[in-house]
Amino acid sequence: MNILESIRRQGLKTDVPEFNVGDTIKVHVRVREGEKTRTQLFTGVVIDRKGSNIEEAFTVRKVSGGVAVERVFPLHSPNVQAIEVTRRGRVRRARLNYLRERTGKAARIAERRDAKPVKPTAKS
Amino acid sequence: MKGLIGKKLGMTRVFDEDGRSIPVTVLECGPCPITQVKGDDLDGYSALQIGFGDDRKEKRTPKALMGHLGKAGSGPLRLLREFRVASVEGFELGQELTVEMFAETKLVNVTGLTKGRGFAGVMKRHGFGGGKATHGSHHHRQAGTIGMCATPSRVARGHPMPGRYGTDRQTAQNLEVVRIDTENNLMFVKGSVPGHKNGYILVQEPKR
Repeated sequence: MNILESIRRQGLKTDVPEFNVGDTIKVHVRVREGEKTRTQLFTGVVIDRKGSNIEEAFTVRKVSGGVAVERVFPLHSPNVQAIEVTRRGRVRRARLNYLRERTGKAARIAERRDAKPVKPTAKS
Repeated sequence: MKGLIGKKLGMTRVFDEDGRSIPVTVLECGPCPITQVKGDDLDGYSALQIGFGDDRKEKRTPKALMGHLGKAGSGPLRLLREFRVASVEGFELGQELTVEMFAETKLVNVTGLTKGRGFAGVMKRHGFGGGKATHGSHHHRQAGTIGMCATPSRVARGHPMPGRYGTDRQTAQNLEVVRIDTENNLMFVKGSVPGHKNGYILVQEPKR
């Protein structure tokens, strides 16, 4: 393996649950407010997963109060403390950008029945 | 002044304690043997000549260069560079310089050859705005006017025009040193560095 590739594999998280585009997840985000740090939850649908190794990132979309919020998280960032998968979705796209043009019933994602049942993921 | 020759390996990211993602360029620096110490009256100035790149075959190295390197007890090297030092005291012929010398350094300058872009137009080469893309315009990526009329009846010297772009020596100044890996001779600097991957670079202490 070349040197750069081995660097990109340093410090990867080992406790990342298996999740895919279309799944609904809860992201435990570390937030710094002045001196204090606390954990915030961001719940939504994964609409994109890109990059590899230390540069891997995913996008979570949620609609709160009629306003859609999308956040991109670096998967291996220490600010992403834990990820919980709450629902597996059946999708036929790698990027769910079409969700942006849809609201309400049209924006639903069918649940995957074939998948292994969602195990409650341990918080790290 | 501290200096080292190295190779740009590529870019990636590291996370700091606050979880911020820092873009870094990974440089393989040294070890560079000192191939010549310039400091006596004959040279008239004090400097160190260092070498890098021991992946060169002896068969493909000129004998004259092998003789020069032999004085320092070194095998064939790809590249020799020189950098000025205030005093050559404490430096010896054949001594190996490693990234360890930058362990306490916060900022560095990195010099390299920029990527060659071949014959480039004015938009890429000089950042011209170009013309309209549509609305019947036939003037897309061209330069506009290059001067006045009968007065002065010539084009100003040095006027920006299309031409060869890239492969220029460029220095990225005051890059933050994020991490030093003495074991693998690696240096992580924040931000980008001129040149393509596996391009040779020169790392020096900033002048200011």
